[in-house]
Amino acid sequence: MIWNEPMECMSRDQMHDLQSKRLKDMVVRVYHNVEFYRKKMQELGLEPGDINTVEDLVKLPFTTKQDLRDNYPFGLFATPKSEVVRVHASSGTTGKSTVVAYTRKDVDTFAEVVARALGCSGVTREDIVQVAYGYGLFTGGLGLHYGAEKLGAAVVPISGGNTAKQITLLQDFGSTVLACTPSYAAHLAEAIAEAGINAEELPLRIGVFGAEPWSQEMRMKIEDGLKIKAYDIYGLSEIIGPGVSNSCEYQNGLHIAEDHFLPEILDPKTLQQVAPGVTGELVFTTVTKEAMPLLRYRTRDLSSLDYSPCQCGRTNVRMAKIFGRSDDMLIIRGVNVFPSQVESVLLEIPEAKPHYMLIVDRQGTMDTLEIQVEVDDKFFSDEIAELNNIRNKIKHKVEGILGVSVIISIVEHKTIQRSEGKAQRVIDKRKI
Amino acid sequence: MVIKQLSVFLQNELGRLEEVTDILYKHSINISALSIAETNEYGVLRMIVSDVDKAAAALKEEEFSVKLTDVICIESPDIPGELHKTLQTLKSAEINLSYMYGYSNGGTARLILKVSDPDKAIQLLK
Repeated sequence: MIWNEPMECMSRDQMHDLQSKRLKDMVVRVYHNVEFYRKKMQELGLEPGDINTVEDLVKLPFTTKQDLRDNYPFGLFATPKSEVVRVHASSGTTGKSTVVAYTRKDVDTFAEVVARALGCSGVTREDIVQVAYGYGLFTGGLGLHYGAEKLGAAVVPISGGNTAKQITLLQDFGSTVLACTPSYAAHLAEAIAEAGINAEELPLRIGVFGAEPWSQEMRMKIEDGLKIKAYDIYGLSEIIGPGVSNSCEYQNGLHIAEDHFLPEILDPKTLQQVAPGVTGELVFTTVTKEAMPLLRYRTRDLSSLDYSPCQCGRTNVRMAKIFGRSDDMLIIRGVNVFPSQVESVLLEIPEAKPHYMLIVDRQGTMDTLEIQVEVDDKFFSDEIAELNNIRNKIKHKVEGILGVSVIISIVEHKTIQRSEGKAQRVIDKRKI
Repeated sequence: MVIKQLSVFLQNELGRLEEVTDILYKHSINISALSIAETNEYGVLRMIVSDVDKAAAALKEEEFSVKLTDVICIESPDIPGELHKTLQTLKSAEINLSYMYGYSNGGTARLILKVSDPDKAIQLLK
């Protein structure tokens, strides 16, 4: 279902004009209201009048996560605090968390883009949406909640965790849509199978999963385990939260709500825009946000853009499914390794379960990458030789994809922690 | 005779084996023979127990990976050359031996053997 046809299906020319107009207005607002941006623009010799169309985006300064930390908590507000009706914050894995703010109109924009994302996933007002994203400072729970309500679906605001209760409500309420992280969806699928429940018999039909990178193979595994269609929702709190983009039924990239968020793909080294189809760092400029508009925010996520028409009828540009966040990328002996690559290999090996932990260490001057893997109970053997065969098979396949040698450790069933929110997949013990 | 052996996957971790024996003890299961095959990071515990289904269920309940395997148990006099005769019989019938463990007591030796064809092996060794 296309939730907002005028905005999602307009011609490219109309979109260009709308984006240009909104960009121009936004730049005037941040120049006059946010000291941080005024200074940055002045340093570049820029005045608001210099920005007239989307093509002028490249003149504008970048914003990084560090800029948000430096202005913690409320330094980047473009409106008086009295206009702010909500704040969210991202988990600060290193140092301070980053705070984002919403005016009443921003909260409505957030709900609007999530409603579009849900529509893109085939959700309608007839559906019951079980929101198993965490509610709180994290944008996932409340974001999906408001969006599903705006769409007119019934919301089950169960929040993250409490797997037994999740399953009970899937059965008793007959929830038709599940919204959570893909790693939690995989965990739920496993728990449902273990409880002896036939997933075919659950009314659940759609999954809207995001907040962490996941592979195509993982999507198929979840679809098979829960007997649903799984869709990819993308977002980040700095831009608004989930709903920045979402995959449609053709699973050929994620349609960006680009009347609100202007995407660019940059070469991470030169910071110059690259051609459509070329992979680089995804950068967003918010053009409608009031409380905390951001100019050219560097997401660190790697993607590419596709402007070709989509069979679903939407004309909004599609971004390639996020393959990895450049922050998640590990450099092992000079080779770039993404945890999601390991995941896609494991999913192709029936003996291995899709739960894994990467442990990076340094022995002398040599980086080591250990991958702890659980072996499916069905394949457990009383013979060491057979277990070693499984291990070697995994090692061979993983090394073939990653291009670095790895140590595969087979660990006991359920020793790798099942995540209820964003999965922790990497332990980096290197002291550099 | 052909019997069921219970195997358990164990990480090399302090106290892991003790957890298994604790579970078996709590379920009043007796262990009559046992061996451990180990590698650097994990081991496989193989046991002959008094109630193999009950033991497997109890361990699974505690999230252990377990497997039931057909093995053969043979009894022979505890004198030189008996094991050699057994292995000769298996070799001439081209039956592969994966592993074995056993003990002797009071003039009798008992051996547990994992072979490629347990039924045939037991026929030949009777």
